[in-house]
Parts: sequence; structure tokens; C-alpha cells
Amino acid sequence: MMHITEGSHAVAEAVRLCRPQVISAYPITPQTHIVEALAEIVADCQLDAEYITVENELSALSACVGASAAGSRTYSATTSQGLALMFEVCFNAAGMRLPIVMSIANRALGAPLSIWNDQQDSISLRDSGWLQFYAEDNQEATDLHFLAYRVAEDHSVLLPALVCFDGFILSHTYEPVDMITQEDADRFLPKFSPYERLDAADPISFGMYATPDYYLEFRYEMDRVLKQSKEIIHNAGKEFGCMFGRDYSAMIEGYRLEDADTAIVAMGSICGTTKDSIDEMRDEGKKVGLLKIRVYRPFPTEEVAKALSHVQRVAVLDKNISLGAKGAVALEVRDALYSSGIPVKDFIIGLGGRDVRKKDIKAVVALVEKGEGDIFYGLRREVL
Amino acid sequence: MVDKTLELFDCGHRACGGCGAALAARMVTKAAGTNTIVVSSTGCMEVFSTPYPETAWKVPWIHSLFENAAAVASGIEASLKKQGRNEKVVIMAGDGATFDIGMICISGAFERGHDFTYICYDNEAYMNTGIQRSGATPYDASTTTSPAGKCSFGNKRPKKDMPQILAAHGSPYVATTSIAYPADLMQKVEKAINTRGPCYVQIHAPCCTGWGFEGEQTIAIAKLAIETGLWVNYEMVEGKVVKAKKVVRKPVEEYLKTQKRFRHLFKPTRQDAEIAAIQAIADRNAEKYGIDIKLRKE
Repeated sequence: MMHITEGSHAVAEAVRLCRPQVISAYPITPQTHIVEALAEIVADCQLDAEYITVENELSALSACVGASAAGSRTYSATTSQGLALMFEVCFNAAGMRLPIVMSIANRALGAPLSIWNDQQDSISLRDSGWLQFYAEDNQEATDLHFLAYRVAEDHSVLLPALVCFDGFILSHTYEPVDMITQEDADRFLPKFSPYERLDAADPISFGMYATPDYYLEFRYEMDRVLKQSKEIIHNAGKEFGCMFGRDYSAMIEGYRLEDADTAIVAMGSICGTTKDSIDEMRDEGKKVGLLKIRVYRPFPTEEVAKALSHVQRVAVLDKNISLGAKGAVALEVRDALYSSGIPVKDFIIGLGGRDVRKKDIKAVVALVEKGEGDIFYGLRREVL
Repeated sequence: MVDKTLELFDCGHRACGGCGAALAARMVTKAAGTNTIVVSSTGCMEVFSTPYPETAWKVPWIHSLFENAAAVASGIEASLKKQGRNEKVVIMAGDGATFDIGMICISGAFERGHDFTYICYDNEAYMNTGIQRSGATPYDASTTTSPAGKCSFGNKRPKKDMPQILAAHGSPYVATTSIAYPADLMQKVEKAINTRGPCYVQIHAPCCTGWGFEGEQTIAIAKLAIETGLWVNYEMVEGKVVKAKKVVRKPVEEYLKTQKRFRHLFKPTRQDAEIAAIQAIADRNAEKYGIDIKLRKE
């Protein structure tokens, strides 16, 4: 059923439909509306869950680790500084193979303090072993939660998942969202069945230490499983499409890309602005298309290479920067296109909430057509 | 009733001979019984008991990080509640994990009132990383980060009063005990586990390697700590001290002399003022908890 609703509330409703048994979260802007809405949902008995109001984000995710290990479906949400405080627990949750799902209302990291959007927070956890989904709009942000639980809890995956959607730009924006029913949600996402759990009837040890004789193999297994999860994502996304008409079987999505000479690669809400810009550029006769990346981890390297094999040039919009190197998406796209010789130019854009408009996307295209790029786009030189 | 003949902390672990913490683990699991989930923080006990693929724990056990055992336990407790399960949640953490790095997680979990028992095995320094001082290290103890030297007598501060801090959080049951008194230890652990809410038991667990004594002296030294008043075994119910073990006190130097960490107080020259300062700590303990047995004059 279609509702006009705020992004955070749509996400909270999706989480309710996923029936987490333990929720543990700490408030931080711009994530607050999600956890407030969930607190109300639990207070009104619309969800039978334990809601742990922890004292910081490190404990929020730590409580999820305990609850997940004990056999419950768990949920948390955070952003920016909160995610940075969870850093240690993030690696731990993945290493312990606990299928926790966490929403990230993407926000910049300090210093300087910024409450506004970019994707530096979740990108900085790219090596932690979590699946990472990025939403373009609130419909996708909603749907990806069902998909994230389904994939994370699959016994051939068993890794935690981040569902990332841009702070304020999506989290605080009202959009029409088609919400599936509880009955449908239950059909798509069966009851959580832990692969193993803390249980007095069958004692096992979780989180032991590994000597150099074993550690390497643990990491290999995580990498192998994360790469293999592409197939699980594909199948679950396809099933979601069959059931509800929105197909998430592909980890990437092209927009007017088939005959494009210039491809823009982007993640998150910036894709919407880019699509509008492309429509206008197409009207002017420019053959520009978009490749949207919905799943950043595992990274769809082969899929990206195939989708971009015919273009003459690529401009990557990175709402993050690996300082001293490049944007994290551009690095992956370059890797994917390495043997093709197609030039990939990076544009660090929109950091700390700097607005990105259609004219900016057009300017990026003009630059990449001249062979320029690998820049911070839109720098205000006068304040440097 | 819990069957205390069961060994739920198995032999074959890698603890030093004479390790007080290993004794604590054995006694705590005996008192807790099989219907228990143990949460460990990073530290000596975690490392010596679970080198993958071996484990000494015959109860379900989880280790996540150094600082977050109380938060992990909060999640487990919530999960069990939601599933309608009745296992008891017991945390086993060292003094560094408890007094220092885990303080925020502990404070949050106690304030929220989760039903678990937090056990701190207190060996008075970071032993796993090589004997560095913690907030539980006693006054004048020489550690690798509070070494005695030409212008230092070792650790400059007395122990943090962790039991009082947790009592102030509204913990219904707080107790201190010692591996030298197994019956007392197991009785207090059992009481804590059977008291609803977040309970705290702090176990004095001498470390032969870190304190500098022979492994066969562990129990004797733990007893001396009690007999000198430098460690007091007591119970607090709803924030009030209800019971403390009484002793005929010995001078503190009988305890200090047994351990290398206090050797600088006696060699090369005897430091009377420092020994007197430590005696004053014991005297304050004795007064505060009323532990002195008054000998009747014949």
C-alpha cells in the first residue's frame, strides 16, 4: 500500500515488519527519527521486541552481538560518529559471523563536525566484512531492509549487513513508499533460524582467539562467503521482484546506459539527481548514462566491467574520499575496468552535505568529456 | 540445586601453575552450574581458556571484546527473555576490563537493570599484556607501567572502590570474596546469580607471575591479604554492608614481604613511611567494615 511518509519512518516500519526480537540503539542525528519511531512501535505493542536503550553506540552494537549470538534477530541504526565508535564491534560482529542488520543514515565524519550527508562513514567500514547496500530513494531504503535480513541470515552467508541511505536527503524527506504487508514480509523473510547459538543444552564457545595457524583461514572464509553472497543477493532480489514488482536481483542498475558514450557511476540519492540531469543532457543530444551501484560490498566487479564495457569514458561521483588516494568507488571501478583501457575519472563531490544539483552533474560530464577529473568538484577556492 | 561436583571449567587450559584466576573460573562455574551462559572480556582468562580450536568451557561461552562484556551480556539477557529461556548470564572479566576500559558499558548495563551477574577476577593489573597498572592496582605496587625507581615507589594511587560504585548504581547484591575461601566464593556467586537484577562479585585472585611469588603460594598469599585487612570479604545488599569477614589482623608487611611487586619497600632500604601508608589503608578498611576481632583480655 502506498504511503506518503518520511524516509526514517518508512525504514522504521520496514524494520517492524522484519520482526527483530532485540533492538539496541543510541540516538544520533540524522538517525534519530528511526529509533524514536521504533521506540513508539514497541511501546504501542506493534512489535514484540526488547528495546535496549544503551549508553553509546559501542554498546548498541555489542548488545546486538550478544543477542544475535543467543539466537535473536537483531537490529540497530546509527551514522557517522556513532558508526566510528562502533568500529571495533563491527569487525567483531562480522568475524563472529552474526547476521545483524543496521541502518546507516549516512553522514560526514568530523573533524570538523558536520551533521550533513556524505558516505564517508559506511565507506570507512568497507573492509570490515559487512554487506553494504546503498539506497537511491526511500522505496529502496525500505525494501533493502527485507533483502538485507534475508541475505545476511542465509546459512551460506552469515554476515552482518548495512543498509545505507543518505542522511537528511532521504531520512528526513517525505516520499511515496509502497509498504508490503506483514503477511508478505513473513513470506519473504522467514523466522530467524540461527546456524548456532549460545545454548545451555548444547554448549559451544563463541569468539575464541586464533593463533597464526588459523587466523588467515578465518579471513579467507569471510572473503569467500562475502563474494559468494552475490548469488544469494541475486536470487533473493529476484524473488522480491516476483513477489512485489520491484526487482533487486542486480547489484547494479543502468539508466540510459546501453548506448552511452559517457557513463556516470554513483551510489545513493545522488542517482536521482543524476537521472534527471541525464534526461536533460539526452535532450541536448549528449549520450550520457548512469550506472548506479546498489551493493558496494560485495563489490560487483565483473558486473561493473560488463556494464561499462562499451563506454568511452567514466566519471565516478564519490561522496567519500580515501584521503591520500582516491574516492572509494572510483578505486573499485578503475579496478573493474583496468584491462579495458577505458578512462575513469574521479569526482569527490557533495562532502559534508554540499548540495549537488543538476548543473553540477552536467559540469562533471563536461569536464570528463575534456579528459579532466580526479578532482574535488566545486571547491570554493576563495576560502582555501 | 546446582551440582557442585561437576567440573565445568575443564583441565588442559594454558594458565600458569598457581593461577588465581583459573581457580576463580573453576569455582564460579561450579557455583553457577550448567544452566549458565558465560561472557568473557578479553584478558588472561579468555586467552588461556580458548585457543582455537580448543576450549576449557563446558558451558556456553562468548568473548567479544575487551570493554564490552556488560553490553554483550545485556543483549544476551534481552534475547533470552524474548525467547522465554531461563539460562543465567554470568560475566567473567578481569580488573582492567572492569575498573578501566569497560566502565562505561558496566555503568550503562547496571543502570538499565539487566538480570546478570558480573564477576570480576581481580589480579590487580593487566597481566595478559605483561603486568601494567590498572585502576585496581594497589598503592605502591610496582608494575611495568608504574615501576618503582629512584624517585618512585610504584603505583601512586590506591585501588578504585568498584563495589561501592556499583552499589551506587542500585545493584541489589554486591560482594567481595577471595579464591582462598572457596565456600564463601561459591556461596556468594550462587547468591548473586539467584538475585534478580545486575549483581557484582569481585574475587581477589593473586597472580604469581605478575605479583612475583611461587605458584604454590597463591592461596597463602590470598589469605594474608584478608588477614592483614588489605582485602576485605564483605557483602552489600541494596547498597548496605550486611556482613564482613572478621580477622585478627596481622601487620601489612607480612603480606607485602611475600611479593616482588612490593620488594622495593624493603630493599635496598626499608621504606617505613610507605609501609605506614599502606598500614593506614588496612586500618581504614578495618574501621570501615568493622573486621577487627577484639581479643578479650584474660
